[in-house]
Amino acid sequence: MGLTHESVGRGAAGSSLTIHKQHETDRIIALAGNPNVGKSTVFNALTGMNQHTGNWPGKTVSNAQGYCEADGRGYVMVDIPGCYSLMAHSAEEEVARNFICYGEPDGVIVVCDATCLERNLNLVLQTLEITSQVVVCVNLMDEARRKGVHLNTRLLSQRLGVPVVCTEARGKKGLKKLMQAMEKRLQEPSPSQPVQVQYITPLEEAISLLESSLNKVDLHSLPSRWLALRLLDQDEALLVGLEEYLDCDLLSLPGVRDALSQAEELLNRHGLTGETRLDAIVSSLVRQAEAICDGVVFQFPSSAEERDRKIDRILTSKGTGFPIMILLLAVVFWLTITGANYPSQLLAKGLFFLQGKISQGLLFLGAPPWLEGLLADGVYRTLAWVVSVMLPPMAIFFPLFTLLEDLGYLPRVAFNLDKYFKKCSACGKQALTMCMGFGCNAAGIVGCRIIDSPRERLIAILTNSFVPCNGRFPTLIAILTMFFVGAGTALFQSAACAILLTGIILLGIVMTFLSSKLLSSTILKGVPSSFTLELPPYRRPQIGKTIVRSIFDRTLFVLGRAVSVAAPAGLVIWLMANVSVNGQSLLTVCSGFLDPFAQLLGMDGVILLAFILGFPANEIVVPILLMAYMSAGSLVEYESLDALRTILVQNGWDWVTAVCVMLFSLFHWPCSTTCLTIYKETKSWKWTLISILLPTLTGMAACAIFANIARLF
Amino acid sequence: MSKNHIRPLASLAEGQTAQVASLLSGGTMRRRLQDIGFIEGTQVECVQKSPAGDPVAYRVRGALIALRSEDSARVLVV
Repeated sequence: MGLTHESVGRGAAGSSLTIHKQHETDRIIALAGNPNVGKSTVFNALTGMNQHTGNWPGKTVSNAQGYCEADGRGYVMVDIPGCYSLMAHSAEEEVARNFICYGEPDGVIVVCDATCLERNLNLVLQTLEITSQVVVCVNLMDEARRKGVHLNTRLLSQRLGVPVVCTEARGKKGLKKLMQAMEKRLQEPSPSQPVQVQYITPLEEAISLLESSLNKVDLHSLPSRWLALRLLDQDEALLVGLEEYLDCDLLSLPGVRDALSQAEELLNRHGLTGETRLDAIVSSLVRQAEAICDGVVFQFPSSAEERDRKIDRILTSKGTGFPIMILLLAVVFWLTITGANYPSQLLAKGLFFLQGKISQGLLFLGAPPWLEGLLADGVYRTLAWVVSVMLPPMAIFFPLFTLLEDLGYLPRVAFNLDKYFKKCSACGKQALTMCMGFGCNAAGIVGCRIIDSPRERLIAILTNSFVPCNGRFPTLIAILTMFFVGAGTALFQSAACAILLTGIILLGIVMTFLSSKLLSSTILKGVPSSFTLELPPYRRPQIGKTIVRSIFDRTLFVLGRAVSVAAPAGLVIWLMANVSVNGQSLLTVCSGFLDPFAQLLGMDGVILLAFILGFPANEIVVPILLMAYMSAGSLVEYESLDALRTILVQNGWDWVTAVCVMLFSLFHWPCSTTCLTIYKETKSWKWTLISILLPTLTGMAACAIFANIARLF
Repeated sequence: MSKNHIRPLASLAEGQTAQVASLLSGGTMRRRLQDIGFIEGTQVECVQKSPAGDPVAYRVRGALIALRSEDSARVLVV
């Protein structure tokens, strides 16, 4: 659920990055690392920024930059996507490698996971082949201690030939040392030579053949040994990158092509062709990492590992996996509904009391009645609705969801659901992007970059809006509470509401599967592709920090967006209600025009109009609806949801209308931000249009079928 | 079945351990598997099956990695 300004804002889709230095002497430092090693946490701790973090791999989907100062010098830190390798097999590996090779960083910090150092060293060794200005940051030391892992970092540093610094980024420990080590490394006139990966003899011979020809030409400070290796592993992406960024056609350089064919011939003689050759290169890296770790990593018996397995047996086993998943969803909703009710009423009372004062104030200042109506009844009232109806559930739902995310539960959801995604010929990581969609569909769609296969990525993008985003939750909650949870104790009411809401969400998830299946058997035909899903260790969430962070980063951001859209929308609604054509208000004319069609869908013209005006932000659908109904007739002061129910019932709502509105809220066009994000991500109007039509047609069909059957009885 | 019999990783039961013998998959998946440490001789433990029985989580070089049955059938172990 990567909902921050960065993830949905400008530049979210662009993979290019312009570095912003504040002083000439600033240094550019790249932060590289495997997925889920706390790279973004290190980045945030250093720069004081709020790049989204969470306990699941693949959150950083494009480069992000931040600024930090240490000992009087400025550093531009660049957070590059997490990857296992720099061989550019996937999009994130290519972004990472391109930045290290062509982004001209002064130094690279490779962040490693102390609990699984050996695997992380693969990336360290590959980075060292490109540059020697490297500091290795062994992060998650606290977690390693708990797991009984001890490291001899002095020996590690000796063997790698570069500084090694231990950190606990969550507790901000070791970061000062990290930056000092980086600076020291950069200032050293003759830094120590880093370890060189030893390949098997024929490969080494082929490398020296190529190196001697590469050494004669200008390589833009890229090491000849590394370029030789990439030529040998037939890395097309590298040749393209060299041309694109450095305007250098490697194969046309004098002598290179000849040397390459000699080297090829040599390797072919030893049976090192195609896949076998790549195997030999990767095996050497992995074995060297293994050798370096021998005597550096000590594993003592610990209970943490056993604890994780016990949790996994409960959360992902056959008997309990699914029930717990549904129960967790219901509990989150229950807490949201119960917790939001009281503050919501309080906010409404306060804000509507203020409205009276504003009206009086405006009239006192001599404002004409139309201006008073426009500002107080139009703009301010809509804003008040948005804040009082939307803010409390958001402020509770976001932190709860973030806690689950920090704990490491989301990858388990993907693990549990993957079989069903496979049946739909889609990727299991779609479960992750679906979960992100609960926060914000636009963020979910950007997150789809974690899916490697373009076909499966498109499926995930097109179906993302089938799960309701946070802008739609309050709508669903409000309608559920008003129409379906009647008499009974407060506890019963909120529990019933949570169960019904869970049912609606499950319906959304079922539709995600059905439409994924539909897409992959029609316009996006294909077989499910291979993928690996890492299940990270459980981490104890930092509860206080999570709450503060999710309120400031997400809730206020989303609310700000809703408010900025709600103000003009309130204005439009007020004008429509008060400007008359042929004795009828514009509102009546428009809703009257939409009414026949809306009736077919079990709704009315005003509801459909509210959905249309809510295109910029789903949060404002209910407020617009209320405004429209109230401007037409009696003005009811907000006392409780019951008062709202009365307004709706007076305007002809019954339970069928309520169900249809909920269905349509679940399945209709994505909001404008989401549509724009879909276009940015797919670069295609065709797919953007399909992503609008798919949920809209689904919603229309669902509403029409439901309404017409229900009206029979 | 003898202990040194070559068999697909997918045939391991929860709690069983084996060594990687060879990879049958090609292309990107082969690279990805190697990058996370599936090379000859690497110890792999079958840790946990998902509720639907597929995918299955394996421990390899300290990390927990879930693989679909099609993919784990293409990793041979002894």
